[in-house]
Amino acid sequence: MFDFLDMDALLGAFWVTVKLTVYSAIGSLIWGTLLAGMRVSPVPLMRAVGTAYVNVVRNIPLTVVILFTSLGLFQTLGVTLAGDNFTVINFRLAVLGLIAYTAAFVCEALRSGINTVPVGQAEAARALGLSFTQVLTLIVLPQAFRSVVNPLANVLIALTKNTTVASVIGVAEASLLMKSWIETYAALLPIVAIFAFGFICLTLPTGLVLGWVSKKVAVKR
Amino acid sequence: MSGVSVTKGAEDAVPATTDLVVLSNVNKHFGALHVLQDIDLTIARGEVVVVIGPSGSGKSTLCRTINRLETIDSGSIAIDGKPLPEEGRELARLRADVGMVFQSFNLFAHKTVLENVMLGQLKVRRTDKKAAEEKARSLLDRVGVGSQADKYPAQLSGGQQQRVAIARALAMNPKVMLFDEPTSALDPEMINEVLEVMQQLARDGMTMVVVTHEMGFARSAANRVVFMADGKIVEEATPEEFFSNPRSDRAKDFLSKILHH
Repeated sequence: MFDFLDMDALLGAFWVTVKLTVYSAIGSLIWGTLLAGMRVSPVPLMRAVGTAYVNVVRNIPLTVVILFTSLGLFQTLGVTLAGDNFTVINFRLAVLGLIAYTAAFVCEALRSGINTVPVGQAEAARALGLSFTQVLTLIVLPQAFRSVVNPLANVLIALTKNTTVASVIGVAEASLLMKSWIETYAALLPIVAIFAFGFICLTLPTGLVLGWVSKKVAVKR
Repeated sequence: MSGVSVTKGAEDAVPATTDLVVLSNVNKHFGALHVLQDIDLTIARGEVVVVIGPSGSGKSTLCRTINRLETIDSGSIAIDGKPLPEEGRELARLRADVGMVFQSFNLFAHKTVLENVMLGQLKVRRTDKKAAEEKARSLLDRVGVGSQADKYPAQLSGGQQQRVAIARALAMNPKVMLFDEPTSALDPEMINEVLEVMQQLARDGMTMVVVTHEMGFARSAANRVVFMADGKIVEEATPEEFFSNPRSDRAKDFLSKILHH
C-alpha cells in the first residue's frame, strides 16, 4: 500500500518547503520590522505608507498575491529576480510574494509589542540624547521583540503552511508532490496522512522551541 | 551662593553668561487646559531650584519642557544661550547635556545596571568601551550601588533604581540636571537614600531643577524655591523666606496643608 512512497522525492519536496519558509521568514522579519518602524515614525508620510501597505496586503488572499508575482511581475513586467530558468524564477517570485504578505502580519505583531513598552523607556532614551532610530533599535524594538515571540511563532507556523500556495505558480514544494501522488496512486488517505505528518514535523517543534524562547527572553519589569 | 536671586533687581544684576536655563513667556495648553501660563524662569549656573506646588499645577510639565519632552505653544526656552531646536539631531545633542531623572526611574529594562549607565556614553558621546565602563562603575560606586552593576533593574529596589537613574544621567556630564518628582514613587524608607545623593550633587555645584514634594530637601538644598499653582509661578523666594514667611495666600494655604498635621 506504500508503493507510491519515493523517499527521495518526498524529502526533496519538503526541502523546498523548508527553503521557502526560511527565506520568507528572514525576509518578512526584516521587511516587517521596517514597516513597524514606519508605522510608529514621527513622519506622517511614513506612517501613512506603512498603514496603507499593511491594510492593503493583509486583506488580499495569498493566492492572489502569489499569482500576481507570476502573472503580473514576471509575465507582464518581465521581472525575473535574476533567475535564468522557470524553477528558479518561480521559487524566487514565490519567496517575494510570501515576504510581501507575511511582513504585514509581522509588522502588526511587532507593533502590538511596541505598545507593551512603557512610554517612559523611550522618554528616558530621548532624554539621554539618542536619535529616533537609536531609540527604536536600541531600546524599543529589543523589548518589543521579546514580548512578541509567541505571536511571531504563530506567524511563522502560518507561513510554513502558507508555502503550499506557491504550488499555484508551479513551485515543486510538498503540496505539489502530494497532488501528483493523489492523482497517480489510489491511496488518498495514506498520502494525505504522510504530508500532514510532514508539516506537523516542521511546525510543532517551531511552536515548542519558540514558546520556550519566549519565556527565556521575557523582559522583567 | 552668589547666583541666588529672588528679586527683580538682583536678577538684572546677574551677568547674562551665568544664566544656564532661561524660560521666557512660556505658554502651553493641554486641550482647553492652560497648563503653563506666561512662565518666566531663569536658572543660574550652579543654582539649585526646587519647584513645589499642588498636583496639577504644571510643575512636572514645566520640568519636561526644559528638554522638550513636552513642546510649548509659545514663548522661548534657551539652555546655555542656545534656544531649544526642533526635534532632530540638534535637539538630541542638546538633550545629551541635560540630565533627566524621572518619577518612575525608567531604567532600560532589558539592559543591566552597568549597561544602562554606559549606553549614553557609547551611543551618544562615542566614548570607547573601556573608559565608559570605568566611568559607569565609579558613578555607580558614588551613588552606592556599585555592587549591583551586573543585575537587571527589576532586581533592584526602587531607591537603588533611582540612584542608578541618577548615575545614568550623570554619565553624560550634563550641564543641568532635571528631577521630575524623583522620590514620589518610592517607599518612605528609600526616600532618604535618594535625597542624600541629590544633596551631595547640590553640594558639588551641579545646576539642578527639582520638582518635589520633599519640603525637607527644599529647605536644606535649594537656593531658591519656586511655588507654582494653576499653571503660574505664584512665588519665588529663598527657602528660609518661603517657608517662614510666604507672601501669597495660595502658598500660605498650600503650606498650611502640608506642614501642620
